[in-house]
Amino acid sequence: MSEQAAVFDLTLTEEQRITRESMQRFANSELKKISREADEAGETPKGFLDKTCDLGLSLLPIPEAFGGAGMPRSPISNVLNAEDLGKGDFSLALAALTPLAFINTVIDNGTEAQQEKYLTPLADEKFKAATIALMEPKATFEPSAPETTAKKSGDKYVLNGTKVNVVLGTTAEFILVIAQEEGGNVEGFVVEKGTAGLTIESKKNMGLRPIDTSTIVLDNVTVEASAKLGEGQKSLDIVRLIALSRVGVCALALGTCEAVLEYTTQYANERIAFGEPIAYRQSIAFMIANMAIELEGMRLLVWRAAARAERGLDYHKDAYLAYVLCSEKAMEIGNNGVQVLGGHGFIREHPVELWYRNLRAVGILEGCATV
Amino acid sequence: MINLELSEGLKNMDQLTRGLAEGMLRPISRKYDIQEHADIPEMKQLEGLMGGGMPGAKKDAKAGAESSEGGDVMSTLFSSDKSNPDEIKNGGQMTAVVTVSNIAWGCCGLMLALPGGGLGNAAIQSVATPEQKARFGKVYAAMAITEPGTGSDSSNVSTTAELDGDEWVLNGEKIFVTAGNRCNTVVVWATLDKAKGKAAIKSFVVPKGTPGMDMVRMEKKMGIRASDTCAFTFTNCRIPKDNILGSAEVADTEEARKKAFGGVMQTFDNTRPMVAAMAIGVGQASLDMSKKILSKEGMKQDYTKRIYNCSASEAELYRMEADLESARLLALKAGWMADNKLPNSKEASMSKAKAGRAGSYASLKAVELCQSLGYSTDNLLEKFARDSKILDIFEGTQQIQQLIVARNVLGLSSRELK
Repeated sequence: MSEQAAVFDLTLTEEQRITRESMQRFANSELKKISREADEAGETPKGFLDKTCDLGLSLLPIPEAFGGAGMPRSPISNVLNAEDLGKGDFSLALAALTPLAFINTVIDNGTEAQQEKYLTPLADEKFKAATIALMEPKATFEPSAPETTAKKSGDKYVLNGTKVNVVLGTTAEFILVIAQEEGGNVEGFVVEKGTAGLTIESKKNMGLRPIDTSTIVLDNVTVEASAKLGEGQKSLDIVRLIALSRVGVCALALGTCEAVLEYTTQYANERIAFGEPIAYRQSIAFMIANMAIELEGMRLLVWRAAARAERGLDYHKDAYLAYVLCSEKAMEIGNNGVQVLGGHGFIREHPVELWYRNLRAVGILEGCATV
Repeated sequence: MINLELSEGLKNMDQLTRGLAEGMLRPISRKYDIQEHADIPEMKQLEGLMGGGMPGAKKDAKAGAESSEGGDVMSTLFSSDKSNPDEIKNGGQMTAVVTVSNIAWGCCGLMLALPGGGLGNAAIQSVATPEQKARFGKVYAAMAITEPGTGSDSSNVSTTAELDGDEWVLNGEKIFVTAGNRCNTVVVWATLDKAKGKAAIKSFVVPKGTPGMDMVRMEKKMGIRASDTCAFTFTNCRIPKDNILGSAEVADTEEARKKAFGGVMQTFDNTRPMVAAMAIGVGQASLDMSKKILSKEGMKQDYTKRIYNCSASEAELYRMEADLESARLLALKAGWMADNKLPNSKEASMSKAKAGRAGSYASLKAVELCQSLGYSTDNLLEKFARDSKILDIFEGTQQIQQLIVARNVLGLSSRELK
């Protein structure tokens, strides 16, 4: 078997196959169905996040000692989940996976004590929000060099700065704030809900409308030294966090692009113009062919990055290239998705404009959906 | 289990062929680009690249990449696999993708001039009976499909084959025959009865020197100049009755006709990922060389900064690489599917469409990125950019690949989506 594991292979394990089936079923019945309504309402439908607890997204990876199922860390399984949920709805999937991004990062970087403290409350039957705050409001923002500062003051840290697009920011029990220490080290600090100096305001974007994307202002927010992820030499691996969240965002994009491809395929075959389905015209058919080609290329690159991370190989370059490719091609697919439907695509009766708005987040989002 | 790394055997093959390409092809690449149709004395040594001498060709047995008797790339493509059928294989098709991309990285023109590496050999390998293989012996076969009036519409062939006693009589004109000058045999597509359409198209093995067969011209091309491209005429050219590949029967039902031509076209499922691999190889050559030139001038790549926080050159290199890597994985996937007996027409075309355009994009961008250094014949970048263009054309143009993918995805026939 070990020999078999060492060959190029695109076959899912039995477990992955079964999990994918249930994810896809869930995405169809619980995400796709409410996608439009949630977007229009600009809020996550009541009960949706609790329902996602059935999937065990948060519970599975938390170590048994802290109340979870202790499943081994598997970026590739996380990618498959994100892909399947992202096909139902990009935004709702992102929200559902947000606590997992926090959990994965704490498992990767936190001490035993930190894992106990921050993961135990999240290993619950009810949905508990936790999130990562990385992005900042600046056109030339660079995630590896955030401008939010963490200043040591006695045995405490004082945080100052502004974070944006913090998914589930207003309800999160824990917010992992990524900040720069004096001396330039980028570290993660867990800020608990209700800490003094936090101003959290939910903001709206072009897409991702159903979910809470918050702007968080940190005004002299003070946390214990023990809130800094890791200890001693081993602290936050920011490069890993950035790479694995890019892979996660790409995986969500794969699912949404798959939805675009399916929808436009069906539409082009049904829509009659000039006396025949528009799919009979190369200008339409080739757009759809290119969606399929680029999507498959994106998928393989994303899978390779995740599979490398899972096997302990260097994955940074792969993750980066996947993000470069997906940022461009996912938007191209979203754009052509609307184009195939013409004027109808622009009307909010069809989902393609919604996918278009959500897919623009790819290439922008950083530090969330960490696989 | 999802894993997109090459097997150990393929990794060895990858290193080995890259080394050979670098040591043997690169140094003479420019020389034969300039000399165009000159003899290539080095070719004797180079035969080992595609032919039996390739060390390590049989080392991959564990991973299923066991090469057949000949040990060359084309025969591994069609080798029958004797290993455990339940085991996931990284076999001959994947080996060919890896090998071909490296040799093309060295020099695509020379690669196409390597004996026995072409479509003709592929067709004979896949279709000839054991008796025919024995009789034809070690052939270096070119493939003649295209005609002055027939390009992408290859089912429109008008060269005719008529049975006269124990011989076929061929009449017609063929163009764009790769290696037509250097080969010793040409596989010719001809129709038994044009009125019967696709099903009547058969391929015939015509040894060079057969009376009535004339090589009338060698084309002067923009790129891949080391490889010769010929035009032939066939005037009452007589070949033995047994030189037909496959059956001489013309299917009479619609279904059977489709199947018959489908069989001919299936060769392309194996060869398209190879042309994709060539495009990936040339694109990679451009990427590597432009990186080298730019890094000498201080450009650094760290693969983390957001793309718009990088310099324009650095960002462009990332785009080129992302494109080429996705093309590479598509070609490997198509090869992997074939190795594991999964139908791969769609994936073969996907890989060629993506690789064809990624190769053109990368090679043209590399010239632009390096400015005068890219455009000058002092460097190979301009040559790569001339060579890459054909890879988005032959073995089915970009548009033909899109057509195949579109029909597949949309579930449409060639009558519906023309």
